[in-house]
Amino acid sequence: MLAYLVNRLLLIVPTLLGVAVLIFFMLRVVPGDIVEVKLRGDGGNPTQETVEMERKRLGLDRPLHVQFKDWMVGLVTLDLGISMWTERPVTEEIALRLELSLQVAFMATIVAILIALPLGTLSALMRDTWVDYVIRVVTIAGLAVPSFWLGMLTIVSLLFFFNWLPPLTYTPIYVDPWNNIAQLIWPAVSVGYRYAAVTARMMRSSIIEVMNEDYIRTARAKGVFERFVIIRHAMRNAMLPALTVIGLEFAFLIGGLVVTEQVFNLNGIGRLFVQAVSRSDFTLIQAMVMLTAVIFVLSNLVVDLLYAVFDPRIRYK
Amino acid sequence: MNRIHIVAGAVAVLALGLTGAGNAQTPKRGGTLNFAISAETPHYDCHGSDTYATLHFAAPFYSTLLQFDLPKYPAVKGDLAESWTVSKDQKTYTFKLHKNVAFHDNKPLTSADVKATYDRLRNPAPGVVSTRKATFSDIDTIETPDPQTVVFKLKAVNPAMLETFASPWNCIYQAERITADPQWPKTNILGTGPFKFVEHVKGSHVAGVRNDNYFRKGLPHLDGFKGTFFAQSATMLNALQGGQVLGEFRTVSSADRDRLKQAMGDKIRIEESSWTLHLTVTFNTTKKPFDDVRVRRALNMAIDRWGGGQGLARTSALRHVGGLIRPGSPYAMDPKELEKLPGFQRDMVKARAEAKKLLAEAGVPNLKFVLHNRSIAQPYTPAGVFLVDQWRQIGVTVENKQLETSPYLAGLANRQYDVGIDFSNLFMDEPTLGLAKYVSSSRAPEQRSGYNDPELDKLYDLQAHEGDMKKRIALIRQFERRALDASYQVPLLWWHRIVATNTALMGWEMSPSHNLGAQLERVWINQ
Repeated sequence: MLAYLVNRLLLIVPTLLGVAVLIFFMLRVVPGDIVEVKLRGDGGNPTQETVEMERKRLGLDRPLHVQFKDWMVGLVTLDLGISMWTERPVTEEIALRLELSLQVAFMATIVAILIALPLGTLSALMRDTWVDYVIRVVTIAGLAVPSFWLGMLTIVSLLFFFNWLPPLTYTPIYVDPWNNIAQLIWPAVSVGYRYAAVTARMMRSSIIEVMNEDYIRTARAKGVFERFVIIRHAMRNAMLPALTVIGLEFAFLIGGLVVTEQVFNLNGIGRLFVQAVSRSDFTLIQAMVMLTAVIFVLSNLVVDLLYAVFDPRIRYK
Repeated sequence: MNRIHIVAGAVAVLALGLTGAGNAQTPKRGGTLNFAISAETPHYDCHGSDTYATLHFAAPFYSTLLQFDLPKYPAVKGDLAESWTVSKDQKTYTFKLHKNVAFHDNKPLTSADVKATYDRLRNPAPGVVSTRKATFSDIDTIETPDPQTVVFKLKAVNPAMLETFASPWNCIYQAERITADPQWPKTNILGTGPFKFVEHVKGSHVAGVRNDNYFRKGLPHLDGFKGTFFAQSATMLNALQGGQVLGEFRTVSSADRDRLKQAMGDKIRIEESSWTLHLTVTFNTTKKPFDDVRVRRALNMAIDRWGGGQGLARTSALRHVGGLIRPGSPYAMDPKELEKLPGFQRDMVKARAEAKKLLAEAGVPNLKFVLHNRSIAQPYTPAGVFLVDQWRQIGVTVENKQLETSPYLAGLANRQYDVGIDFSNLFMDEPTLGLAKYVSSSRAPEQRSGYNDPELDKLYDLQAHEGDMKKRIALIRQFERRALDASYQVPLLWWHRIVATNTALMGWEMSPSHNLGAQLERVWINQ
């Protein structure tokens, strides 16, 4: 198990290095200049001298290899630089939003698991009955309806029926739990529904497959209660593909809730990412791509480790 | 000049349709104003910014020497200046400052602070960005004979000087701070304005609290304010409808206005005005066939601005037909005169026939090109769609290519485009500012068309230093006629500003510029 873990951790290094090199050069190829956006984006008329001076101040006039060397040294020393737009450390910019995005992702994951596991299992066990049909309609609707649209409907419904809207500004849960939940529960449910639909479909297929396995027949033949057969044998084995989906979806939610964050006016990582791209804020984009890569890699690692927990054969290989 | 300003002020008040309801009642003290800001400022330095996001954020914390008297726009009134005089030769401006003005750290404001601020604006230290450096190029010296007096001596007459002193971007900084660190205002706020800075939570909001030592006794009315940033207008509208914010002071679309009126009835106040913004159709004159005046003129003549203005007004902020100066402003061209110029004719059948003839003469009867446009829905998308359709009617095939802001600006700056939609954003109706975009590219980097026209430059310089208003307007007319005739870059339509505020919000004043009126000192809540 230790060798497995070490092997997985070592693989992270070349993966992240590859991402770092790729994002640096890809950004330099794409047309766009943050100085233009900053000084002329709203119709400003700076002199060319001012524009050149600003470009120099931000280090954009330096040769590419010098910029690349600084980027790599910064990565190794965990100094991701300053945002070219706000001129504050990018770690500060990200940290401010990460807490909210992580909480939404966790809440959406909990919502998804609470809905998906029982519904997926029930749908598989009651296959081709009206219960299965209802659950399939609900899950297919979850796949078809975009989260942001559900979010918009939620907001409009709250406003129309209750003349109430979630709080506009974020308060950490340890400062004011009520305000925090009142703001974040709605995006978590909107996103969690789609997330649950994907997971429930996966769970249903897995359970159907597992229920035909020899060990299920053996357990039943041994007279094990059906509830234990389902929970201890079927669900445990069917969890493996569902875990993969949960892991990938969780990683996606950290930076991928771009539109949903805008619908709920959330100050999250997704919105920051879009702003950074539209402004050509290279240092911030680079840092955020690295953050996303780290989250995906770590999330996959956790899923792999959970695989080993759920399936002992993986540990012994 | 004063007479023109008074007339213009009266016209502006009528045009704005101000109800005056907010000013008729006695203001109530107290309460925190929640309002929306539809963009977030990258930094706090007014001198180095051109976005309203900086002003809607920072203006409540600062004072300026003069300010626009919005109900009488474009007249100006004193802010830090209690009074001022202009010498007979119009080259010396003397300002007397209010006494007992203090910065938020309780240090007194003196003429040295004003001098340091204007020195930073006109001659910034290395590394400091002052996007208005050229605006102050006529200032020769700044003297401070005593702590309450500032004297500006000009090299040449500048009829726009008083309005320039009223620019909301000229936030007065503390001399001590900007001398020690010229970059200090970028990341710190210390002014003499009606509100003191409390916090800025990045991506979320800015908050201010009443300055109890504000030099205007009894002001501000509010205990404080909180400006929340919104990335999407639909979210902002929900917040406005739900009473979470009492207003957004840039604009809403006409469709959003109608939705709010329907949903909120008499709880929403709508104020409208023509706007100091316009889109331009910019031809890349360094590229064939757009170096040919016949091609540019033909494309300009194919645009039905009068009909288009009416249609586009239903779906976008584009509405008003005008020349290079905002229609309705004291310097604007008369519509009858405008109709005689290419691109502004009423008879479109005749104009388009003439346009086709010009294209044929230029050897490009079936012209095809890409329209370089910005990927911001309002009003760039409807403008692009409209232009494609207008040019299709003279047999020209156009692809509307919308790009993110960064590559869009880079494309314009590097002249990697055929025809582009560009924009002009002014904070006031001042020809010297507005026409700067139309002079030779060797003098004005913001001119993206790439032409050099010494005659235009000469007319520009003459009007900029002409003290006699009649003569100045005549020079402006000559400039406009020449620029529009050559059709290097031509105004498409001027924008229309619609501000929706909750009727509980009082004392806020409408103007043709979203960069004005952001100080909030007279705003109060009627609850």
